[in-house]
Amino acid sequence: MVTGTATTMSKDPILKVEHLSMRFGGLMAINDFSFEATRGEITALIGPNGAGKTTVFNCITGFYKPTMGMITMRQKSGQEFLLERLPDFEITKRAKVARTFQNIRLFSGLTVLENLLVAQHNALMRASGYTILGLLGFPAYKKASLASIELAKYWLDKASLTDRADDPAGDLPYGAQRRLEIARAMCTEPELLCLDEPAAGLNPRESLALNTLLRDIRTDTGTSILLIEHDMSVVMEISDHVVVLEYGQKISDGNPQFVQNDPKVIAAYLGVEDDEVDEVIAEVEEVAATVGHGTGHTGERP
Amino acid sequence: MVYFVQQLVNGLTLGSIYGMIAIGYTMVYGIIGMINFAHGDIFMLGSFAALIVFLILTTLFAGIPVVLALLVMMIVAMLLAGLWNWTIERIAYRPLRGSFRLAPLITAIGMSIALSNFIQVVQGPRNKPIPPLINSNYQVLGISISLKQIVIIVVTAVLLTIFWYIVNKTPLGRAQRATEQDRKMAALLGIDVDRTISITFIMGAALAAVAGTMYLMYYGVSVFTDGFIPGVKAFTAAVLGGIGSLPGAVLGGILIGLIESLWSAYFSIAYKDVATFVILAVVLIFKPTGILGRPEVEKV
Repeated sequence: MVTGTATTMSKDPILKVEHLSMRFGGLMAINDFSFEATRGEITALIGPNGAGKTTVFNCITGFYKPTMGMITMRQKSGQEFLLERLPDFEITKRAKVARTFQNIRLFSGLTVLENLLVAQHNALMRASGYTILGLLGFPAYKKASLASIELAKYWLDKASLTDRADDPAGDLPYGAQRRLEIARAMCTEPELLCLDEPAAGLNPRESLALNTLLRDIRTDTGTSILLIEHDMSVVMEISDHVVVLEYGQKISDGNPQFVQNDPKVIAAYLGVEDDEVDEVIAEVEEVAATVGHGTGHTGERP
Repeated sequence: MVYFVQQLVNGLTLGSIYGMIAIGYTMVYGIIGMINFAHGDIFMLGSFAALIVFLILTTLFAGIPVVLALLVMMIVAMLLAGLWNWTIERIAYRPLRGSFRLAPLITAIGMSIALSNFIQVVQGPRNKPIPPLINSNYQVLGISISLKQIVIIVVTAVLLTIFWYIVNKTPLGRAQRATEQDRKMAALLGIDVDRTISITFIMGAALAAVAGTMYLMYYGVSVFTDGFIPGVKAFTAAVLGGIGSLPGAVLGGILIGLIESLWSAYFSIAYKDVATFVILAVVLIFKPTGILGRPEVEKV
C-alpha cells in the first residue's frame, strides 16, 4: 500500500483537462471545458442535472472519444498519459484511473471477494504466467494470489464488508454495494479515483460512512479523487476543490466556500433568468463585501 | 436390464463427446451472446487434424505406442483448432461486435459453410477411415465396455475438471465471468476484454478438438460433413442444459447422448434425431431457459 503524502496546495496536477468538447450530433454536451485536479486532493465536479458532468467522466475513462480537447493524466512517477488516446482497459491498467458509476455496476453473480479480485486481474495474470504456470502451481502465482487476497481484505475491512465476503455481490443492500464499488475500484490500485455520485440514494448514516471511507482513501493511500455529487453536504464536507459545470461550460472553479458564494453558481442552481443574473451578482457581491469571504479564484488559471 | 445398462454406457460415451462440444457453444454464447455456428466445423476440423497427425505418426514412426499417438493427436488438434477458432473470431466476429445481433450470426453460418467446403476441397468428399486404435473389450457383469469408451469418458472427465478449475478458480476464469456479466465494466477494471474473448474461443475450440479426436477414435472415420449433425446436436445439448451454463452443457450433452442411444435401442434408429429434437422442443416449451439456465430477470 502506498502511503499518502499530506495534502499540499502546491500545483501538482494529476489530471489536466484542456479544451474538452464533446458533441452528440447537434448537441454540444461539453463546450471548451478545462480544469485541473491536484494530486492528493478531492476535486468535486458539480452542476445542475444535464450539465454534462457524467459526459466529462465518460471522456476521462474512455467511454466516449471526445470531439476535441486533451486529457492528460500525470502519474506520481512523472509519466504522462493522454487518456483520450488509450483503449478503455489501458486507462485502468496503465494510466491508473479507476471509476464507479451512477447506477451500480457490480458483477452481481460473482462474490464480494471475487469482485475485488477481478479488479486485480492484470497483476494476477502476469504472476500466473497467463494461467499456464498458475495451473502448474508455480510459487510466484501462489504468492501473488495471497497478496491479492490481502489487498482485498484490506478494502473489505475499510468498506466494512468483511463478514459478507463470500456472498454474491447482488445480495448486498444498496449502501454496501456502493461501498463495494469503491473498494473494487481501489483494488485496481489507481492514482486517480473517479466517483460518479457515490452518495446517490444513500441514507444519512450511509452517507456519513461514505464520507469517512473517502477521507480514509485520500489520507491512507494518497489517491486523488474526482467526484460528481449532488449531495452538497458531501461536496462541501470533503472536497478541497470544486468545479461547477452548467450547459457543458465551466461557470466556477475554486474552493468550496468560494463556489458556494459564487453568484453564477447560485443563479445556475436557483434557475434565475438570464437578465436577472446581473442583479443576483450585484446582490451577492454586496453580501460578500460585508462578510469578506475566502480567497477563491475565478475560472481562469495563470 | 443388462441391455439397458449397456445402452446407458453407450449413451454416456456419446454424451461425453456432445458435452465437450456443447461447452464451446455455451461459453461463447455466455461471453458475447452469439451462437458460433462454425463451432461444429471446428470440431470436424479437430477430427481431421487428429487424422492427419495419426497418418503422419504411423508413417514416420511405425509401432508408436497408442497412448503416445493419441496424446500427440489430441494436442496438435487442440492447437490447430484453437488457432482456427481464434482466426475466425478475429476476422469474422470481432469487426462485427457492436453491430446488430443478427450480423455475427449470419457470418457464423458463413464461416461454417466455408470451413466444411474447405475441408471438402482439400481432403476430398469421401469418408476417411483410420484403422482401429484400441481394440480391447471388457465384460463387466455381462455388459460389454470397450476400452475406447473408457478412454472417452475418462478424458472427458479429466478435461472438464481442468476446465471447471480454470473457469472457477483462476484469474482468467474470473475475468471471463466478469466479462460475461458486464463487458464495459470489466474493461474499466483493466481487463483486456478482446483478449479474454479470444481465449474463450480458443478454449472452446480446444475442447471441440478433443471431442473430434475422440469421435475419430470411436467411429474410425472422418468426413467433411461431420461438423453439421454433431454440431447441431451439441448446440441442442447446450440449449437443453441452459445456454450459458457450463454444467448445463455437460448435462445436456449426456442427456442427448442417452436419449439417442436409448431411442435407437428400443425404438427405431432412423428416428433417433427426431426424438432428440422433440425432447428439446418439449423442454423449451415448459422451461424456456433450459434445465440449469438462469432465467433473465430484469430488476426494476
